[in-house]
Amino acid sequence: MAELMAGFGVFTHALVRGIASSLPKEALRMSSADVDLSRARHEHDIYVGVLKHKLGLQVIELPADDTLPDCVFVEDAAVVCGDTALITRPGAPSRRDETEAVRKALKNLGLNIVDIADDTATLDGGDVLFTGREFFVGLSKRTNQRGAEILADTFKDYAVSTVPVCDNLHLKSFCSMAGPGLIAIGSSEPAQKVLKIMQQMSDHRYDKLTIPDDTAANCVYLNIPNKGHVVLHRTPEEFPESAKVFEKLKEHMLIPVAITETAKVDGALTCMSILINMKSNTQ
Amino acid sequence: MTTETGLETEVKKELKQTEEEPAAPEQKTQVQDEAAQQQQVDPKQEHKGAEKTEERSNNKETLQSATAEQPSGEQNTDTPPSPKPAIPSAQTSPGVSKKGKEQAAGKGISRFLPPWLKKQKSQSQVEPKESLGREDPVKEEGYVQEKSEEEGRKIEVGGEDGVDKPAEDRRSLPQDSKADEKEEKHSINSAKTEPAKEETRKDTLEKDADLEEEEDKNGAGEEIQKMIKEEAKVQKPELKAEKSPEKPPKKMKTVVCKVMMLEGTEFPFEVEKRAKGQVLFNKVCENLNLLEKDYFGLTYRSNNDQKNWLDPAKEIKRQIRSSPWQFAFSVKFYPPDPSQLTEDITRYYLCLQLRQDIASGCLPCSFVTHALLGSYSLQAELGDYDPEEHRVDYISNFQFAPTQTKELEEKVIELHKTHRGLTPAQADNQFLENAKKLSMYGVDLHHAKDSEGVDIMLGVCASGLLVYKDKLRINRFAWPKILKVSYKRSNFYIKVRPGETEQFESMIGFKLPNHRAAKRLWKVCVEHHTFFRLASPEQPPKAKFLTLGSKFRYSGRTQAQTRQASTLIDRPAPYFKRTSSNRVSRSLDGAPVVSVTNHSLVDSLAAEINGKGDAADKDNAEEAGTPFRTQMELSPESKSKSLRIKGENIYVRHSNLMLEDLDKTQEEVLKHHASICELKRSFMESTPEPRPSQWEKRLATTLPPMTLGTSDEKQKAEMGEEVEVVIEETVIEEIRRTAKLKNSPDMTKSPAAAIPSGEGEEEKALKEQASKANTSSDSHSESEDEADYHPQLVKVAVDQIREESEENDEELGKESQVPMEHPAEGILLPPPPEVQGVADEEKQECKAHGEDEALSSPAEKKTEQEAEKTEELKVNGEVSRSVSEVNTQVIYCSEPPVVKTEIVTISDTFAGQKTDISTTEVPIVHTETKTITYEASQLDGSEDGEPGILMSAQTITAESLCTTTTTHITKSVKGGLSETRIEKRIVITGDADIDHDQALAQAIKEAKEQHPDMSVTRVVVHKETELTEEGED
Repeated sequence: MAELMAGFGVFTHALVRGIASSLPKEALRMSSADVDLSRARHEHDIYVGVLKHKLGLQVIELPADDTLPDCVFVEDAAVVCGDTALITRPGAPSRRDETEAVRKALKNLGLNIVDIADDTATLDGGDVLFTGREFFVGLSKRTNQRGAEILADTFKDYAVSTVPVCDNLHLKSFCSMAGPGLIAIGSSEPAQKVLKIMQQMSDHRYDKLTIPDDTAANCVYLNIPNKGHVVLHRTPEEFPESAKVFEKLKEHMLIPVAITETAKVDGALTCMSILINMKSNTQ
Repeated sequence: MTTETGLETEVKKELKQTEEEPAAPEQKTQVQDEAAQQQQVDPKQEHKGAEKTEERSNNKETLQSATAEQPSGEQNTDTPPSPKPAIPSAQTSPGVSKKGKEQAAGKGISRFLPPWLKKQKSQSQVEPKESLGREDPVKEEGYVQEKSEEEGRKIEVGGEDGVDKPAEDRRSLPQDSKADEKEEKHSINSAKTEPAKEETRKDTLEKDADLEEEEDKNGAGEEIQKMIKEEAKVQKPELKAEKSPEKPPKKMKTVVCKVMMLEGTEFPFEVEKRAKGQVLFNKVCENLNLLEKDYFGLTYRSNNDQKNWLDPAKEIKRQIRSSPWQFAFSVKFYPPDPSQLTEDITRYYLCLQLRQDIASGCLPCSFVTHALLGSYSLQAELGDYDPEEHRVDYISNFQFAPTQTKELEEKVIELHKTHRGLTPAQADNQFLENAKKLSMYGVDLHHAKDSEGVDIMLGVCASGLLVYKDKLRINRFAWPKILKVSYKRSNFYIKVRPGETEQFESMIGFKLPNHRAAKRLWKVCVEHHTFFRLASPEQPPKAKFLTLGSKFRYSGRTQAQTRQASTLIDRPAPYFKRTSSNRVSRSLDGAPVVSVTNHSLVDSLAAEINGKGDAADKDNAEEAGTPFRTQMELSPESKSKSLRIKGENIYVRHSNLMLEDLDKTQEEVLKHHASICELKRSFMESTPEPRPSQWEKRLATTLPPMTLGTSDEKQKAEMGEEVEVVIEETVIEEIRRTAKLKNSPDMTKSPAAAIPSGEGEEEKALKEQASKANTSSDSHSESEDEADYHPQLVKVAVDQIREESEENDEELGKESQVPMEHPAEGILLPPPPEVQGVADEEKQECKAHGEDEALSSPAEKKTEQEAEKTEELKVNGEVSRSVSEVNTQVIYCSEPPVVKTEIVTISDTFAGQKTDISTTEVPIVHTETKTITYEASQLDGSEDGEPGILMSAQTITAESLCTTTTTHITKSVKGGLSETRIEKRIVITGDADIDHDQALAQAIKEAKEQHPDMSVTRVVVHKETELTEEGED
């Protein structure tokens, strides 16, 4: 029986994209660090492998486009919820073309595609936190009010609340969903502040999982048949303290994934995939 | 023109208690007397002398007629009016018996007495309760009476079941006839008592009426019901008695109301022209066979095409005004979890509403959701998909979305096929389970602008207030987070509890398109908060201090209550036919309806109970709970903090109530019912509605314009000795009233307006009483009666019309100086001694610490007492007199007020309704009310002389849009006791004086709430009012 908003974290498909060879030099970043391209690709392969083999998702792999150094971060290019995909208008002009291939791929999947026609709007998928019951949109350097409005207009079933994001690139740079009603949140003051706002804005109650390292608070949650709660989180090597916190999630299947290289260009675990649940649409 | 009102309030609990008890008998007597109007036997008269008695009788007559008629009118509507001659006598008799003056008074009242016994019962019941209520927080009854007063007002304004108007008319007539008499004769009755009585009566009458209405309907097993019934029994006899003497019930004209049902068909319902909203609503629900009706309501379109909820407690005609008698039956409170509804039929109507909401676009949803919900609708109404029967166009008659595409229809059909086997009820359930998740489910949107003029939407829902900009939620205020909701003119305010990191509460204002919109939003907030957050509806604000704001409260059952009631529903699932909203109109007319009467009865009862009983609860709660809590919690620092908060904004009120509420689950809420009640009270203040406010009440007691002149003179004469300022106050009020009346149609009709005729006498009576009070304890008891009715009221000292900065200066002088141009309201909070035990003492004017007063007694009690005293004072005129109370508190005016008389020309027709009396010139008493100081004379009594040692002083000034608040905090040590005194001066600038009233009321409440352990010793109001104001509503 069909039901709205059922099965948070249930996904059947994942969209990923290769790492452009231009990434080490040209990808946007907030800090300067040398990126080891080959290692980055290796890590990315592992990431994709986890989705594909360990979790059994159907993974659509888009080829990298060297003219788009940030193209591996597909999350920013589209927001998919249910059977609808909102193709974003990334805040960074250099990234706007990334949406093209993503759009095509999503359309091929049969999703309803919604484009942003308003060229005053900017929206990065990394600023969109979907909790299963509602959206939070971080108003950041990459995402503006108008972009959030369009998101709200696209996903009418859900409340869309805006939260200011000042000290980070994206809203999800320091938070993510770690389970149904469970928000993983960084321990920094800005992160905690945002959490407060989200809690205030919400009609729903969320548990929080406070992660010592903000960046490590970005994890990928899935609900996979026969596996239950699955969380992809940063490795203990990267963030030992944070990893310990994740390890307290007893009922979760924990999969440490390293993204040391892409992290240097502000990459996070959620950034590198778009998760889709195609079953919800057909039933 | 400028009106200044000086309010001086002193509340001494102890006094109250003592007074109350004695008062009760008087009240009874008075009431009875009134009831007996024609017979006119007043125990009081005897006291006061023949002349006075006569006068009084006149007054009473007028009053009686007014009150009596109202009830009768109501009865008429509901039940065939049966004149009961015997009753009047009965009424009078009880009073006599109590005082034992019957014989003397005995104007043959005893003869008619058959029913009086009944009356007595009722009254007696009430009285004891009252007394208890004050003393004992737990008992509701006491509160009830007070509330009843308020209710009475409301009723008057709102109009009871269609009977109000006639009643008013009648009133006016008698008044007119007696006006002349009044001029000449001034009864010495206490104005206060009389009005109070009237109100109470009305209340009772109301109840009776309701009961009668619904009596036929059997009572579903509600506890409330029982209570109500009891009340009804008691009160009914009274009503009947009252009715009978006056006029035979008129035949009510009936009107056909067209009600748009949720299925899209319009149904006619015939109701009496004066019927209240509840009558129509009950009929509709009956027709729909709906028991769980608390989630629903009727709407009407006002002239500006705005959707308004029909207030069940008010007369329909008064609400719709010139609009056609067309209504729509709708869901008012969307249950967050529809699965908890008891009956399928209820869910069905909810589904119908939601389908409507969805189709109209009010409830936005995605394509998929449209399709899914549409498919459940098909399943519910058509059953399983049948390829034979259901061809492509079978759904074209349905509307699933605001814009319905072929694609959508196909999707709907596709999904419909998957629902095979679902029963209609199951399909509805599925529909609701999905619809309830929609973010805009149950959100009532209102257009507004934020402080920067940006267009936003305010959404009221079960969980709180949502703020949207475009489609984004930009803020959310959960009910527990909201300390207060108010509106002023077209501004809507919420006071928000400070966040963890914030120190102060914040006041957030929104601009609505107009006053009505603001009020509408406020009401919706009040209703939603009450319905979803509270265990039981709060009673309308009681007359504690000044309650000038709207008395509106949600009067129905709360969700908790309706759920509980639903568990008692014991009937086979009613059969009902599901029809697609658009296609088939089902004929409801012919359909036999299962008698929903039981239910409705329960409802009404509950409502009544709420209104009355709750009030009591609140009272008690406040008294009991607040003081203690506050005492415990408030440290000097915290106080100062709160003060500062105050300073920031006049609207900032401190209510601890909400705090308690915070984060509590529904169950918890239930548990903490009492505290919540408190919350509510403070929580929902608004500007005065058209309903008679306390001011109006006062007006009622005041002299008719014509009499003013004389009274003034007398007052002056008396002034020398004692201060008569009080009287003047009343006068002023009246004037004000008049102004209002002119402008606002509602006001005109309000009973209060009609009443004034009697007042003049009353005032005099008051004076006399006052004088007597001074001298004799007996008189005291009388005054006490008065006190009972307005125990919590702050005494409005003086309304002066005219620009007088002088007065302000003088009054304010003691406190802080306020710009005279603006109406200033100063509230003196003598803080309780830092020693907690002592806290209670109202150091009136900081002078004395009442040691006698029970240290342990909650401050509130004391305040109440003080209030009573103040009232008494008022009655007396500001007289320094020693109160005969057991406690022996002495009230005196520090400075004898000087009364100046001024004549103001008012183009008023406050008498408009009254027809006969049209006054063009109203004498206005210009009073230099200097400070009237009430001191609780502490046993020490010598404290005055001792200024004490000033420990610290601080002044905080805050400005907001139209208010300037100056707070002075003074700490001093007297005789070993440290005393903190807070003076708060609020200057409100604005055009609507009603708002000022509200502000004052709020300020007082706030002050009280903020410093529960302190007592308000003085309230001074200076009001400058332009007489030409627009009537509200």
